[in-house]
Formats: sequence, C-alpha cells, structure tokens
Amino acid sequence: MVKKYKGIMIEKKKEILTSLENLGAKIYGQMDNGFFPWIEMPSRSTENIYYDPQIRQFILGDKRVRRSARNIRHVKPFTQLVWTAYFSHELTSQRKTSTLRDVYYSAQAYEMKFKDQQESNSIITDLETVLGFSREDFNIFPEERSAVFGDLTIEYTVPGYEGKTLNLTSHPDGVMIGPALTSSELVKTTADKVIAIEKGGLFTRFIEENVHKRFNAILVLTAGQAPRATRQFIKRLNSELKLPVYIFTDGDPWGMHIATVIISGSANAAHLRELTTPDAKWGGVWATDIINYKLPTDPLEEVDIKRLHELQRDPRYKDPLWQREIKTFLRIKKKCELESFSRYGLAYVVNEYLPRRLSELKG
Amino acid sequence: MAQTFEEISAADFFYRNRDIAGFTNPSRAIFAAVRELVENALDAAESLRMPPDVYIRLLFEGEAGKEAQIYRLRVEDNGIGVPPRHIPSAFAQVFFGSKYKLKQARGTFGLGGKMAILYGQITTHQPVSIVSSTGRARIYMYRLMIDIQRNRPLILDRKVLINKEGWRGTVVEFSLEGNYLRAMPKILEYFKQTALVNPYANLTFVDPKGRLYKFTRVTEKMPDLPEETLPHPYGVDVELLQRLIQVTPYRNMFEFIKNSFHRVGETTAHKFLEFSNIRPSKNPKKLSHEEIVRLMHMLKQYEEFLPPNAGCLSPLGEELLKVGIMKELKPEFVAVCQRRPATYAGHPFITEVAIAYGGEVPKKGDFIVCRFANRIPLLYDEASDVSVRVIKSMNWRRYKVTPDMPIAIFVHICSTKIPYKTVGKEFIADRPEVKKEILNGIREVARKLRRFLTRREHVDRERKRMGIFSKYLPKIARFSTELAGEEKPPDIRKLIRSVKKFGEEV
Repeated sequence: MVKKYKGIMIEKKKEILTSLENLGAKIYGQMDNGFFPWIEMPSRSTENIYYDPQIRQFILGDKRVRRSARNIRHVKPFTQLVWTAYFSHELTSQRKTSTLRDVYYSAQAYEMKFKDQQESNSIITDLETVLGFSREDFNIFPEERSAVFGDLTIEYTVPGYEGKTLNLTSHPDGVMIGPALTSSELVKTTADKVIAIEKGGLFTRFIEENVHKRFNAILVLTAGQAPRATRQFIKRLNSELKLPVYIFTDGDPWGMHIATVIISGSANAAHLRELTTPDAKWGGVWATDIINYKLPTDPLEEVDIKRLHELQRDPRYKDPLWQREIKTFLRIKKKCELESFSRYGLAYVVNEYLPRRLSELKG
Repeated sequence: MAQTFEEISAADFFYRNRDIAGFTNPSRAIFAAVRELVENALDAAESLRMPPDVYIRLLFEGEAGKEAQIYRLRVEDNGIGVPPRHIPSAFAQVFFGSKYKLKQARGTFGLGGKMAILYGQITTHQPVSIVSSTGRARIYMYRLMIDIQRNRPLILDRKVLINKEGWRGTVVEFSLEGNYLRAMPKILEYFKQTALVNPYANLTFVDPKGRLYKFTRVTEKMPDLPEETLPHPYGVDVELLQRLIQVTPYRNMFEFIKNSFHRVGETTAHKFLEFSNIRPSKNPKKLSHEEIVRLMHMLKQYEEFLPPNAGCLSPLGEELLKVGIMKELKPEFVAVCQRRPATYAGHPFITEVAIAYGGEVPKKGDFIVCRFANRIPLLYDEASDVSVRVIKSMNWRRYKVTPDMPIAIFVHICSTKIPYKTVGKEFIADRPEVKKEILNGIREVARKLRRFLTRREHVDRERKRMGIFSKYLPKIARFSTELAGEEKPPDIRKLIRSVKKFGEEV
C-alpha cells in the first residue's frame, strides 16, 4: 500500500494555514483602508439547507450572510471569529491539538470572553463555514471519543510518533479514535469490511467473539451519535481501503438516525464535505427483525412516534428499505435494543444474526 | 358642636374626645404631642421671618404600665415669644390662641399644642412649665395646670427673670404618657419630612436613649408670609357666621356684609342683599338662629361673588421644595411644580408637587409618597389619601416608570382650610378640585422625569455602544495583524471616531 495520506495531509495543512492567513490579510486590509471589516459566508439557517441527492448529503444553498464589525450586534462575534482564526493558526502551525472545551478556556487568556461553551462552539462553526474546512482540520476536536479494533496497521504522523506503526488489534478494548489516529496513514489491512456499532457492550462482545477474525472486519464503536472524527475515519476506511461499511444500532428511530448521519451527514454539518459515507448500509436492528426474531421489546413512546413521522418525510430516508422499516415500526409500535438478541444466548447475535444479515446485505 | 359648647367647657369636651385630636393611644399620643409642639415652634419663628431653631428633647421618666411609659417632653424655639399676660391662656385654656384668624398656618384653632398639654396633665397630673420672652427686658416662667371643668388656667408658680442676653423664644416642658419605642419610626420620619419642607430650619432632637438627630438648614430663604384675609362667603358655615356676628362692630347688614367677607365690596354687598331679600339696615346682632342658617344658604347660592385670591396662602415655592428634597434625599433627579391657586368651596388652595429619582430615595417596590398639608407632614392613613389614590390611578408606564424604581413623590397642599377627611388631620379628602390639581401637578413632574430617564437611557446606550466598539475593534486589529503576518496594526482611531456618527443605526 502506498503512503498517500501524509502527502495529502501536508498539502491540506498548507492550504488551511494559507486560508487562515488570507482571512487575516483581508480583514487587516479593510481596516488599514479605513473600513469596518466584514466577512461573508453561506447562511446556515434552516431555509438555506438543502439535500443534494447527487452527492447524497445536505448542502448549503446560495444564501449568504454578511458579518460587519460596524454593526454593534456583530462586532463581538466578529472579534471572536478573528480570534478563533488566529488561535487555529497557532494550533495548526505548531502542530498542537485542542478540544472545544480548551478553546473556550484559552479565549480567556486573550481577554476574549465567550458567554458559554455553546457560544464558542458556534463561532468555531462560523469559521468552518467561512473557510470551508472542518474544525478537526484546525486541530480542534470535540471531547467525545469513540474506538476502533481490527487488523489494520496505521502509521502515525503526529509529532514524536512519526513513522511509528500500530496494529489496531494490539489493545483488546480497541484504540481510541483521536487526533493521532485520524491523522495517521492507513498502511495495511486484511479486513474486507467495516462494522460500526452503536454501543460499547456489543463492541466488546464482538471482540470477545472474534468477529474481526471470523468476518474479516474492522470494528468501529460509534458510542452513540458518531463524532465527526469517527465519521471522517469511517469515510477514509471506505474510500481509501475500499471497504464496505455496515452499521448496527438499536432498533428505534434514534438508532436509525445514527446510521443515517454516518451515511448522509447531518444538517449541522451541511457546510462540510468528506464526512459522509453514502455507500454505508444500515444492518439493523430492523423493525422487521423484531418480528422475525421475536425479540423482546419496549413500546414506542410519544417522542419515538413523532420522530418516526419526521424521518418518514426526511429526504435521507427515501430509500425503500428505510420506508419499509419506518412503516413497520409505526405498525408494531415497538422498539428494541441491540442487546435484545441475548435472550437466545450471548453468542447468538454473532453466530446467527450477523452472518445472515451480512449475506443479505451483500446479495 | 356649638350647642355642646354651651353645656360643657371646651377643655372638658376635648378631654372627653381626645381620640379625635389624634391622642388615641400612647404611641399616637407621643407622636401627636411632638408634632403639635414642633409645628407651633416653627410657626412662632416664621411669623417673625426668622429661620427657626427648634430643639426637642424626650426624657424617659419611668414606667406607666405594660404599653406605656412616662416621658418628659421639652421643646425650645427662637420664635416670637408670648406676651406675659397671654401666657396662662395661651398654654392652659382651650380655644384661646393667636391663630384664630383666617390665614394659612400650620395649626388651626390653636388646639393641638394645648391638647398635648392637656393630655400630659390627665395622664401624669403634672403641671406644664413655660418659659417665654418676646426679646425685651424680661423672661417669664410659669408653672400652669388646666382647670378642665371651667377651661381656665391655674397658675401654680410665676417667676420673672432679667433677660440679659436678649433671648427671645419659648420653652414648653411637660410630662406625658407615651410609647416612644413604638412611635419612634413615625417620629423620625416626621422630623425627616419636616426638615424636607422646612429647609431653612434647624431641628435638633434628642431621644430618650440619648441619641442625637440633627437636621441642619441649608438656606436662609423662607417662603413669604401669608396675608390675613377675611373668610370668603362661599366658605362660611353657621358656626363661623355666628362668631363673625358676635365680633362685628357694625350694626347693619350692609356694613356687616361689606366688611366681613373676602372680596366683597359695596356693589357686591348691595347686590347680594337684594338677591337674598335682606334689609340692608337690619342689625346683624338681632338675627335669629333660623335667619343665620338662611343667610349661610344665601351666601352659598349667590353666584356672583368674586373668587378668593391666594394672598392668604404661603406655599413653599418650587425653589425651596427642591432645596429641601435635595438636602434630605440627594436624588439624582428632582422636578417640582407649583400649581396656580385654585379654590374649593370658597377656600383658596395651592398644590405643590415634586418627584425625586435615585440618590438616597429607597427602593421599596413601590413609590414613596410624602404628603404635606400647610407644611405639616402627614404620616398616617396614607392609603386613604387623595394623593395616593391619584398616584395609583395613573398609568406610570407612559412615563417610563415602574414601581421598582427609587422614586419619591411629594404632594404639598396649602390652604386656609385643608380638606381633611377626619378631625385627626391625617389624610385629605377626595375633593374633585383638589384631585384635579394634584393629578395635573404630578403629570407635569412625571413628564419631566420621563425626559430625564429617556435622556439618561440614551446616554447610557451611547456609552455602552462606544464601550463595545473601543473594546473589540483593537482586538480585531491585533489578531488580524498577527494572522496576516503584518508588522504594525492598522490605524483604527478613525473607525472608532466614526462610530459616534452612526447614532442609533445598527
């Protein structure tokens, strides 16, 4: 396998640094010429978010917003944005990483107060929108971490680990998907598929039951809604290593949506690309599984039903499989968890359900 | 009432009815005693155009039961003094007084001070001691008691001293039952408000615990003295008519009418007698009771009497009211308004209104209302007072005012006859004429307050705006300079200067 990711990464870092510097230069120029600085970016308001069936994800429309330092209501967020750009430039050029929480606190060292974490997060999203890069590109990561396990050898590119390799079976709890992993080269694998799992319990069961060996799979724990770094990593596994991706979640509308965000992205990230894996498939638990396997269930609650009706109208769910499952959920008014297969014994899900489902999805 | 007087003495009457004069219980009594004597002291100095110096001391003398103690009250003034031959009657005979004329004065009928002395006597059986001098060669000292049944002064002791220092004034000292601890908040509030409407007075109060409260004058200016006037025909009642007839030197109705009433001259007197069908030559002293009643009705019915003028009134004036409020409350803003003279039922009155905002005006969740009548603070029965009703009826949001703001409203009514609703003289009745003046006065000062609040809001907003720009623009300059890799930051002084020009635009 050729090490191509490092090259791409270096190019990309350069590109990111340049775009940050250009932003600074533009604002500097405006002020130097005696104008109040302003910037323009695509609007992220809901009226400007569209589903693009071509690239199978949400995108932002043509509507743009202008932020001007001349506006009393904009001057503070404008300053926060410029500071965030400056701070990201520092991080990226010094090859350091930071978390969203970190950014919130670091601001205080520059007498740049954010009202709360949410305000600083939304300014970071603004910067993503202005420049068209994701925060991970600026070395800013969220707190939440997920994990990966399987026969994949990676080579680090982070400072101090350059050239070191690691096989992702080396730790039985899995390896955390953090900045060091996502920036690594994917060197070598014997796996022929990726299985993403919503819950830690089942992830551990899969490792114990040797699913990675028996099914030649790389196992990814999404730990609920998959973080962006995880979505990006899954996408790399799919596009760089050409591995098909199967997603297993709880059998309810929220589980379905975990799968959908990996496949088609979220409205929140409509300003970003490279986070979606359009060919990934939702493996279950399906509503029809509840019937066919006679799984123990809970009744659907008010919110579940409301959510199902929303999903029914969502363009990301227009595929016949989705529509069939939504209708079935609404009909049986039941939901179940991934663990519910345990009623047939701890290994049943791996011995019976998984092979059957994988072959179904292949065929 | 007139008939009652014939049966028992005036002193006896008030002894039996002391509740109506405000001596209801030990705490009200001590408050009323302090108030009456202080008002008399202020009047005594003002009648000489002297800025008053009043010293008040309360001493604890002993317990007098569960809810009452005996106190010794001493009030000193630098006023006009009482001529020696009048001293016994002035202090120990009810219905004898120098205020028995028609002009605005704090007390009326010269009742309050004597009521306090009478109350002291009946609760402690102690005489009152009076020291007074008109500033001439001698000082007179009396110890007096009131013969309640006969309404006559009893002189227990009399001394005459040489007035070497040329002292002038009066000292009244006597013992009475009271409850100071209970009355304390009202008494202190009374002094504070009295100092507010008498900014030209020095008030010194030593309370039973030996605490000293001092209210110092801030101006020597005093309001103009009221002129004495005759009663206006619309304002008389049967009792007053009887008294006028008693004292008149005239022996025919024409001269009586012409000389006994305010704004009545020859022509008016003629026309009135014609209108009321009364013989001009009739002797007023020979009118029967029925004829006097009829005369009163005719006086009220005749529509062509000229309205009273306000020369007999002594309002505080906008300047002094403002000075007094500034002195006691140090507000951020104060607006005052003196209304033009008006009349109700033949009595002239002037309304003075003020509004104060901020400073030491406390925030109480509701407006502070200070009511004054002839420069006397009214502290009881606030909720029943016409001013409070007017204030409550107004839509304050129109003036950008909410109850949680530190706002005090002052209403001063001066009149030859304050329309009190009760004899206790604590609140003013809902007279439509009076109500209208108060409402218009408050509206005017409230509009001024609104202008002040609006301007301040504007200045605040502008300052805040400037603060935001001058805080953030330098930061934008700094971070963009670093990002762009430039050497020196762009010059943003011009930008900050230009922000002002944008005004309200956002």
